[in-house]
Amino acid sequence: MIRVLKIVVFLVCLVPLGLLAWRFFGVHPTDMSTWGAALGANPVEALEHKTGDWTLRFLLITLAITPLRKLLHVPALIKFRRMFGLFAFFYGCLHFTMYLGVDKFFNAHEIFADIFKRKYITVGFLAFVLLIPLAVTSTTGWIRRLGGKRWQALHRLIYFSAIAGVIHYLWLVKADIREPLEYGAILAVLLAYRAVVWLRPSPAMRSGAITRVREKVAVE
Amino acid sequence: MLIKPTTDIRSSEITPKDVYLNRRNFLAGLGLSTVAAAGLGMKELLLPSAKALATDKIAGIQKSQFSTTEKITPINDVSHYNNYYEFSTEKEEPAKMAKDFRTRPWSITIDGAVPKKQKWDIDAIMKFAAPEERIYRHRCVEGWSIVVPWVGFSLSELIKRAESLGKAKFVQFTSILDMTQMPGQRQRILDWPYTEGLRMDEAMHPLTLLCFGMYGESLPNQDGAPIRLVVPWKYGFKSAKAIVKISFTDHQPSTTWNEANPHDFGFYSNVNPNVDRYHSQAHERRLGEFRPRPTLMFNGYDQVAGLYSGMDLAKNY
Repeated sequence: MIRVLKIVVFLVCLVPLGLLAWRFFGVHPTDMSTWGAALGANPVEALEHKTGDWTLRFLLITLAITPLRKLLHVPALIKFRRMFGLFAFFYGCLHFTMYLGVDKFFNAHEIFADIFKRKYITVGFLAFVLLIPLAVTSTTGWIRRLGGKRWQALHRLIYFSAIAGVIHYLWLVKADIREPLEYGAILAVLLAYRAVVWLRPSPAMRSGAITRVREKVAVE
Repeated sequence: MLIKPTTDIRSSEITPKDVYLNRRNFLAGLGLSTVAAAGLGMKELLLPSAKALATDKIAGIQKSQFSTTEKITPINDVSHYNNYYEFSTEKEEPAKMAKDFRTRPWSITIDGAVPKKQKWDIDAIMKFAAPEERIYRHRCVEGWSIVVPWVGFSLSELIKRAESLGKAKFVQFTSILDMTQMPGQRQRILDWPYTEGLRMDEAMHPLTLLCFGMYGESLPNQDGAPIRLVVPWKYGFKSAKAIVKISFTDHQPSTTWNEANPHDFGFYSNVNPNVDRYHSQAHERRLGEFRPRPTLMFNGYDQVAGLYSGMDLAKNY
């Protein structure tokens, strides 16, 4: 059942890419002069923006898995988290490639200047780089090698990647910050959930405290 | 003697103006625009106010020595990729949302350092000089560019008639404020109404165009109808759209984008590949082209360099 569902979810995650490709190559894929026409007057910009949107969306979906499985009592959701995370990385790669290859035409001088001078590029680059170790260590083998605790600690980098991603969007728009703020609001809720969970003393900690109290009483 | 009323038409029988005007869109939508055009002459006689509500051919357009011979961007791109935040911050939206924008009646108020405040009707202004076609490069601060055959004449023709006083050192342009027609103005994304400004010598430069048409016809609403500015050596946002007021001032006027983000958008905002605030400005993508091309100083309009001699353009950006 889960296996079938995984295949379905995998294919659904590819739909945004499929639609972009469909619109890019259009109804006459063999006629290069028609490429991009369905994406408007500036197809390069459209592809860059849309792949960026989907990177952020998949990051938020990935971050929503833990709260949802707890709140909805569907622990099986965890089986999809890795896939969503890897799709965030996948769309992030496409977004970064669009920027490097198509927008900047691999103009190394301009790209380096951008990354070091322009803070919205710096922070976007950071968001992408932070995802690389997470994608690399996403396999079961790596979880075993690192050990559950260390693996989990490493994968908290996704919080910083998502924050950097939203800031990247916020800083890059000229004046209309409504959409980046929407992403920011969702991210804030997802991170607030974790903050609440951490701040609330866990049952284990509570019992630990009780034991200490008992010991104290016993000593007296 | 019995005098019979000459009209028997009840007011309920008269087609409401908006229905009447929409009829034209309806016909165009059916692909019957030629039919509508054929009927236009008759309609204009009957209802002069309908004139110029959709794009009309402009008669007697002259060629200009300022035109580039570069390939002109297709009109469909220029009219469906618009930064016009008064309607929407999405570039495809203004083409749809500005469809019913009313461009008549329209007048421009002339005030500030002038002998007397005046209000000029758009149709009178358009007769100040013969319309010229100016094929200009147009460079957006976002890094894309287009080549557009604008129609208009030098702004100096209007300034001469305003008889601005000696103390007038700057010109400020104010765009229309009308949130019933422009839903984008209901959002405080920018401080409406949109204002722009030029130094007097920039405003008087022959390249600076008072524009009311493109591609041989009146401006589409989404491109700044009925009248706008085109300053080809500056980033596109300097070329204010739908202008309702021109003020002459002795001090540098406030301009919308500069107020919104003074670090990124300076008062001058000359196209300059060496100064990159908002973006790297070294290259641009001409719409319709895949490979970015190098951006030229003053967008290739070297004849304006003299306006800025002795100025540090890295500081006065």
